[in-house]
Amino acid sequence: MKDELTIGGVTLTSRLFIGTGKFHHNNLIPAVAKSSMAEVITVAMRRVDLHSTEENIINFIPKNMILLPNTSGARTAEEAVRIARLSRAAGLGNWVKIEVIPDQKYLLPDNYETLKATESLVKEGFIVLPYMNPDLVVAKQLEEVGAAAVMPLGSPIGSNRGFRTKELVRIMIAESRVPIVVDAGIGKPSEACEAMELGADAVLVNTAIATSNDPVTMAGAFANSVRAGRVAYLSGLGETTLEARASSPLTGFLG
Amino acid sequence: MSFYHVYQELKELDLEGFLDSVTNNDVKRVLHKEVLNKEDFLKLLSPAAGENLEVLAQKAHRVTVQHFGKTIQLFDPIYISDYCVNHCTYCSFNVTNQFKRQQLTMEGIEREAKKIAGTGIKHVLILTGESRRHSSMSYMKDTVAVLRKYFESISIEINPLETEEYKELKEVGVDGVTVYQEVYNEDIYQDFHVKGPKRNYRYRLDTPERGCLAGLRSVNIGALLGLDNWRKEVFFTGMHANYLQTKYIGTEIGVSLPRIRPNLGSFSSRSKVNDRSFVQSLMALRLFLPRSAITLSTRESPDLRDHLIPLGVTRMSAGASTEVGGYSLEVEGTNQFEISDKRSVKEICKALYEKDYQPVFKDWNQL
Repeated sequence: MKDELTIGGVTLTSRLFIGTGKFHHNNLIPAVAKSSMAEVITVAMRRVDLHSTEENIINFIPKNMILLPNTSGARTAEEAVRIARLSRAAGLGNWVKIEVIPDQKYLLPDNYETLKATESLVKEGFIVLPYMNPDLVVAKQLEEVGAAAVMPLGSPIGSNRGFRTKELVRIMIAESRVPIVVDAGIGKPSEACEAMELGADAVLVNTAIATSNDPVTMAGAFANSVRAGRVAYLSGLGETTLEARASSPLTGFLG
Repeated sequence: MSFYHVYQELKELDLEGFLDSVTNNDVKRVLHKEVLNKEDFLKLLSPAAGENLEVLAQKAHRVTVQHFGKTIQLFDPIYISDYCVNHCTYCSFNVTNQFKRQQLTMEGIEREAKKIAGTGIKHVLILTGESRRHSSMSYMKDTVAVLRKYFESISIEINPLETEEYKELKEVGVDGVTVYQEVYNEDIYQDFHVKGPKRNYRYRLDTPERGCLAGLRSVNIGALLGLDNWRKEVFFTGMHANYLQTKYIGTEIGVSLPRIRPNLGSFSSRSKVNDRSFVQSLMALRLFLPRSAITLSTRESPDLRDHLIPLGVTRMSAGASTEVGGYSLEVEGTNQFEISDKRSVKEICKALYEKDYQPVFKDWNQL
């Protein structure tokens, strides 16, 4: 069975996206990328130092991966747009993950500014993947202005609290015409699996991999769980009931 | 509303009585909570918590790695003028100390910038003594214009300014302000700040808030540990940070833990803070403010700094000089305080990597 995901005209076979933050050494990135089997990798533009050969994080990212620079640190649409332009000018491609986070306490995104930035950058020819608070109305507006995918948070960024926004994301999955990538808060492979079982198109995991004791092995565990969740979704999960039931308790009399 | 009003309410509480009443079990219960209130924070500063430092350390480490990863952001101070109109009894730059004062010219600043940038540092903190005449707005703006050619992020630690002035500096490229209250205890504050505009406790206390109002990206506060009872001073510091972070969600509020160092003059600390207490302060702040940046300067020894890395620190200066023109001059001048960790940027990076930590040079783009 062929099961592909297309974003911005690119066909992906892996539904796990990974990040580059929080590793104790950037030289872990190639092995993590390999064991995760991910094809998309996000990198904070704020951390990219093109003038440094030794510390340039880009040098650690496998060349065959799709680079998804993000606008981490932006607190307004305008800042996000400027960071995206810097990224493209630096030769990092035209994909961008919009992060507009004015709240420094919980790091929650600003959906309104995110929408504005998405609209501007789509017009400038970027493939835009906005990170957002799960909200169907905003998701539809993002779709309307040309977002290539929408990335609702599972719980606050870096919190490892799991897939807490499930009910809202479930609605987005049902109603969205663009891929839904659950991003942020996924702390365990089982939670990534849960998002995939629900029908998410992909998940992005960074903290849970980067801060584990063995990031390379953990990346492999996430790869397996994402695959398992996807296959379960495609196979159609059985209905859950609390008790065993006769097959037709109410209409059996009809014979 | 100002933190001054919060402070006035807090200081009326029987903090010492509360701290002494905390038991081991109280501390353990706090460690099972995710969001801490002010009572929890105080419990972590109690003598009882001091008996449980290893458990605090385990949690402080976990929380820090979760939010910041195994990374330490590096920066350097750049001292551009040591003219000062204040008489603060603990500081070498104080107006009564006789030494040859200096103020760097733009050429001098550029020389310093080149030296610092040559080590790979991308974030700098401009420091001056407090003298509006010598560190005028136009001088500061010219300085920032020079530094922007070399660095991605520029912060200032200079005399307190008005909100409008912070806005002007933000326009030309200043991202953040650091201002230490030095000591939160208002009575003791008057004893240490004998002369000069800095005697105005309330104006200084409201300075970080003016930085927030001006829309600066980051505001960094701290108490100079050793001027009064550290448990109370760290408590007020954390409460101040919490007040600002709750009121100004768009500003990143960070804290520093400067501890009194030997300086020019005859000052010696009245309330010495030993390493155990220092470590407890750091961890209590980390657990109360899980996402706040915590800065550790070169005032501390290499050995202690290395040990503090996993316990909550997220920003360190490296290869730093605390004298005007100190990076590019051959002749030694007057340092604001004595540096204890004299390791170069390269050596600090090596130490970080050995502990499985990544040095981060660049964490922002000049926009």
